[in-house]
Amino acid sequence: MGWLQNLDRRWIYLAMLLAVAIPQLLQVRFPEQPTPLVQAVFDKVEQLPEGSRVLLSLDYGPVSAGELEPMTAALARHCCLKRHKVVFMTLWPDGKPAVESTITKIINVEFLEHQYGRDHVDLGYKAGKEVVIKTIATNLRLEFEQDNRGTPLDELPLTAGINNLEDFELLVSISAGFPGLKEWVQYASSPLGVPLAVGATAVQAPQAYPYIPGQMLGILAAIKGAAEYEVLLGNRYPAYATPTRQDAVRRMAPQFSAHLLIIALIVLGNLSALWQRWKGPNP
Amino acid sequence: MSREARVWLAICLVSGGFLLYRGAFSDAGLGRIYVKPVAARPTIDSEAPGAAAAADEVPQAAREAAAEGAQGNAPGADAGAAANPGGPAAIPAPLVGEGQAWETARRGESGARVSIPRTVGLWLAAFFTLAIFSFLYRDNPCYRFAEAVMVGVSAGYAMVAGFWDALFPKLIARLAPATSQFLTGQREVAPVEWWALIPLALGVLLLLRLAPRGGWLARWPLAFIVGTYAGIRLISFVEADFVAQVRQSIIPLAVFDRNGQFDIWQSLQAVLMIVGLLSALCYFFYSLPHKGLYGRVARVGVWYLMITFGASFAFTVMGRIALLAARLEFLFDDWLWLIDPLSRRGTGG
Amino acid sequence: MKQTIPWLIAALAGGVVIAAFFIPAAQPWQDRAGQWFEVLAGFAFVLGGANLFVMNLRKIAAQGPGWGYAAVTLVSFVVTLGVGLWKVGVAPRDGRTAWQGGYLDEGSALWWLFEYAYNPLVATMFALLAFYVASAAFRAFRLKNTEASLLLATAFIVLLGRTYAGAALTSFVPPEYSALTIPGMTALIMKVVNTAGQRAIMIGIALGVAATSLKVLLGINRSYLGSGD
Repeated sequence: MGWLQNLDRRWIYLAMLLAVAIPQLLQVRFPEQPTPLVQAVFDKVEQLPEGSRVLLSLDYGPVSAGELEPMTAALARHCCLKRHKVVFMTLWPDGKPAVESTITKIINVEFLEHQYGRDHVDLGYKAGKEVVIKTIATNLRLEFEQDNRGTPLDELPLTAGINNLEDFELLVSISAGFPGLKEWVQYASSPLGVPLAVGATAVQAPQAYPYIPGQMLGILAAIKGAAEYEVLLGNRYPAYATPTRQDAVRRMAPQFSAHLLIIALIVLGNLSALWQRWKGPNP
Repeated sequence: MSREARVWLAICLVSGGFLLYRGAFSDAGLGRIYVKPVAARPTIDSEAPGAAAAADEVPQAAREAAAEGAQGNAPGADAGAAANPGGPAAIPAPLVGEGQAWETARRGESGARVSIPRTVGLWLAAFFTLAIFSFLYRDNPCYRFAEAVMVGVSAGYAMVAGFWDALFPKLIARLAPATSQFLTGQREVAPVEWWALIPLALGVLLLLRLAPRGGWLARWPLAFIVGTYAGIRLISFVEADFVAQVRQSIIPLAVFDRNGQFDIWQSLQAVLMIVGLLSALCYFFYSLPHKGLYGRVARVGVWYLMITFGASFAFTVMGRIALLAARLEFLFDDWLWLIDPLSRRGTGG
Repeated sequence: MKQTIPWLIAALAGGVVIAAFFIPAAQPWQDRAGQWFEVLAGFAFVLGGANLFVMNLRKIAAQGPGWGYAAVTLVSFVVTLGVGLWKVGVAPRDGRTAWQGGYLDEGSALWWLFEYAYNPLVATMFALLAFYVASAAFRAFRLKNTEASLLLATAFIVLLGRTYAGAALTSFVPPEYSALTIPGMTALIMKVVNTAGQRAIMIGIALGVAATSLKVLLGINRSYLGSGD
């Protein structure tokens, strides 16, 4: 056991690298069981009448894209399948490409009948963090006179009749931090009472639980939340049960092995400390 | 160079050489990006009359069928159109600006060609990824270079976003509408909004922080920012994080189901929740010494908090691993073409 | 004057926002304050960039250790800023001229920098944390007392419960006792104990924020103005 005391940290790094890389290279997949909080979000999107207006705020940058991109894709697909009208926006300066790629790689490829301006609109980014939410809660046009392509909102059929956040049937924030889910609760769902669903990074998710169910109807927590949503989508729409459309399910395999590694490391670390204590201090 | 370093270098060189050989001399291929000219999709401005109505009439089943057709190895757009020939997807898309804008294409897709700038970019992205990872071994010039680029590009990008998405629409467009019309293509020139001079003045004062003299004037805009934040947060935190949380905690401790039967499991959960909340609040209340009965209650609160932190730790681990998995997937899929989970190259998953 | 005027500005700005909550007629004033705030947020980006420029220029001029990296930062910054402000490489499309296109349109120079430099760099930087978490798990987490044991036991349950491992390990448990499975225990921990703990923290923070905000608006706390002159 003594060698554990002096173990070079780089061996631990190598073990972590292998724990994540090997399941990816072997393309391992594990089944996922949806949990009630993800089911609540899925049911809400599913039960909204066709053509409902949904605001999808992608409040994350490339740092968290690995965690949040799959849930954005799954939610966008679900909204499009239900023919909901989706308005995209972001409160993060580096969140614009996330909106753009959701439109070009998901909607433009898989939902050819969806037309920009009628079925979905990209409002782009606005600086001002939570002040933006507070303002659009009462007046959307004070922040967004035009969409991200420079078209006035009044000229787009989807946004022509939208004046504030209360005109949406559902708000969704895919959030990686500040500004994100907390601000959407504080400035939108709490004062207005508009239903809010949330997708969050693993770091942020535990802090959101107190808001459920009064101020938030459910949460897609981390990559597992996204995987559960993909499974629910696949169960309801079999075309979406294919591996090529289940990024999060695929990424749960490295989680499996890496979590076991972390547990093993904690146990080994404690055994090593016990051994040291039993052996007594070094002379 | 130490013996250990030589072993690591040899491992890296052998595996790198194998991957390069595999990419260059086999059918598997290696890090290339294909593009095709952008074909504009029908929009509200360009669509044929009645197309919107036709689209509205597409039944759910047809949409699911189209979605099913758009998966797999075939290029999504082509397959989707084939699966739904009578639907609005068949409306010919007018090509606006074709030949000047390009978008990413699949390997083997009709009209796709290798993009040199994007392929160079892909290899640069791979270099940056490996350069940052190299810090795990030890600090080195590659890592320091990548770090320096990151700082510069991040700051530059933030400034560009701040200009085009905040200063331009909120300031320049209001004070110089003609310039705004040229840069946005608006049909009408809006009237000048002179009130925008006030935030302009405050903004200039803010920049005085960097000036050798008059830096104290930057306190005025700073005070405006802090004051606005204080006002906004005072209301929102009290409303959403205090009043609403207290309200959500006022719950029945004895829960009965729809049939009027006592639900011991739900009741137990409610009791545990309230006990935890009150005891943790006791722990945070430092005006009373944590002694005697009060101290014991506070100690229960500490246990609850420890369990909370344990859950947060586990979630944090999960998040970090997800980020690592995404980066490795970039290396294995986009760069080295070792895997193809999205069937983008027709090699299977 | 150097302290009083800033306090009056802060009190007025905050007072308008608070008044708008209670008096609907004050809403336009709050909206206007919000608009000004966003312009200042844009200026904050400029201030940050200018500060970085000046700092790195000083480093290069001083030729101190690592000045080469400062030069790399400066060049990266200037190039990114230049191509972004001038919309280099933005193609005319959909009836728009290049100037009217988005600064981040696919194929533009800024898009290329974002996609192939910014994106991999920041994403990998945060991915490093997975390795550090593993190292910390081995070196720092010790079963020293009751509190540490509770933390570790919870971490084990949640780590297992958030993957297939948890379900597989307790697959023998009958469905009617699903709360005794590891995923069931994870759900219970998150729903009951985590909610209680996080709610207590949330209430504490809310009271703290309210108190601090009041102090700022009433001029009791002026630390944000700095010290001296």
